[in-house]
Amino acid sequence: MPAPAAKGVVDVPPVLASRRGVVLGGACLCCLPLFGRSAGAFTLTEVGPGIFIRRGLHEEATPENNDGIANIGFVVGRDAVLVTESGGSLADGQWLRAEIRKRTDKPIRHVVLTHVHPDHCFGAAAFVEDRANFIGHRTLRGALDARGDYYRERLVEVLGADKAGSTVYPTQDVKDEAEIDLGDRILRFTAHGAAHTLCDLSMLDTRTGLLFPADLLFVGRIPSLDGSLLGWLQEADKLKALRAARAVPGHGPAVVDFAPAMAALTRYLSTLRDETRKAVADGVPIEKAAATVAMSERGRWALFDDYNGRNVTEAYKELEWE
Amino acid sequence: MKTLSLGLALAMVTALLGPPSQAADVADAGREARWQEVSKYIFGDRKIEPTDSLIKIEAPSRALDAALVPITLRMPGKDRIKGVYLVIDENPSPFAAHFSFGPAADPSQVKLRVRINSYTNVHAIAETGDGQLFEAVAFVKASGGCSAPMGVSDEEAMNGMGEMRMKFAGGAGESLAATLMIRHPNFNGMQMNQITRTYTPARYINRITVSYGDNDVVSIDGDISVSSDPVFGFSFLPEGAGPVRVIASDTAGGHWEQTFNLPALSN
Repeated sequence: MPAPAAKGVVDVPPVLASRRGVVLGGACLCCLPLFGRSAGAFTLTEVGPGIFIRRGLHEEATPENNDGIANIGFVVGRDAVLVTESGGSLADGQWLRAEIRKRTDKPIRHVVLTHVHPDHCFGAAAFVEDRANFIGHRTLRGALDARGDYYRERLVEVLGADKAGSTVYPTQDVKDEAEIDLGDRILRFTAHGAAHTLCDLSMLDTRTGLLFPADLLFVGRIPSLDGSLLGWLQEADKLKALRAARAVPGHGPAVVDFAPAMAALTRYLSTLRDETRKAVADGVPIEKAAATVAMSERGRWALFDDYNGRNVTEAYKELEWE
Repeated sequence: MKTLSLGLALAMVTALLGPPSQAADVADAGREARWQEVSKYIFGDRKIEPTDSLIKIEAPSRALDAALVPITLRMPGKDRIKGVYLVIDENPSPFAAHFSFGPAADPSQVKLRVRINSYTNVHAIAETGDGQLFEAVAFVKASGGCSAPMGVSDEEAMNGMGEMRMKFAGGAGESLAATLMIRHPNFNGMQMNQITRTYTPARYINRITVSYGDNDVVSIDGDISVSSDPVFGFSFLPEGAGPVRVIASDTAGGHWEQTFNLPALSN
């Protein structure tokens, strides 16, 4: 397992050959066959007192990895446990739940559903038996309605019906902000405007100041745009204003220095915005722009060739009416 | 208010069943049968000859966004062409659009953006002045384009409906390449509304006419496979005085007209 990125250095794994496989949700799959890892190779890192994170594998969803490709984990408080991301499938969530139980008997009271993409929320089914509170953005319910069945079908194809999981709806909708008190630590939630998706929820551990931007922060792997480019840049500014020192990204090392990681992300998004605007202004057709915009970023992100063209398409559609 | 259409998924690779050649043969036979069925439905008994010269399709082999697949049709032998059709064989409603060229048109290329619901052949059919039909085909990998939901409420999606923009660029010789943009959700009836959690009824732009001065440029018949906020490209010869006049209507009685002046010539 690669060493965690030091001092905010962006960890960019080498790009290997073909990535073609099941792409779930237009985003959030590290389709990089870096290791032929199985779920047995997952490990948890304690990134702060009582905060445990499993770094997602740089792989496509495979029967061996249970779609364990996002950074998932949990926070242990005096009274209860909160799950920060539930996992990419029922099997992935079950693995996480077992890891929790190895370390504590405290009730699993809360599960965060950070957004609609399956690699982040399809593990939630593993926590239904805990009668946990599933907390999500106010628009998550509708997003799950629109896409949940589709995601499940794709996961069943890869993992089989037993391991895929099913849609779990939030029991607590966050309109703007919310707080959850685990007894000795308060977690603060923010429902963001349209950004990575239309239902992004971030979290701050007020005890340690550790920020959980979920997929508002990608490190090393190319961000994927499934909401609003301009909105994402706005939400990034809001996150930056929190002045968190460290953060747990949705994909990438288990914990990073927040400022440089966010700067790299916004550099990519700003380049995408500026060059797409220019393409629109110059009358470059959308399909041509998809092949030419943001090429300066190409060597800096894993899976660039697989996702940048789509990001440009979404950005163009958003910006051409400006 | 901008609508944000969520591309539901990128193209998927489906598992091959059995040896590749067998699977490919079965798939090809199925696609050919589908084309026969669809073309008969749209064109009746009219003969359609394959061509590799009269009309060419530019389409991505794998769509970046299945709800917004840019297609360019090129007609090098433009003088013979009076109209072109786009058919997306496997879509729920395969007839996507028909461009009918008027006297002011330069029928050398058209562009449009479409929704593609599953891996499919896309057929472009050119109709010559004497009524003969010629087809070209391209295979596009995409999935979920027709069910991709709007990311906002129906009301928000319809906000600003009918607003138009046009851009012009110098085309070949004296013709101008025009890009027409129209705000419209083009609801296809298969999208779940994320707020109400019901299917939004179909409502889409079905007719656009463009003229320059007294001359018709092009009319476009569109169907539910055209992406939301349609963007069409076409070329025309700006003889005499303009302006460009666009009339658009949708299936719910919406009707919009807008005129555009050509950009000033620089001296």
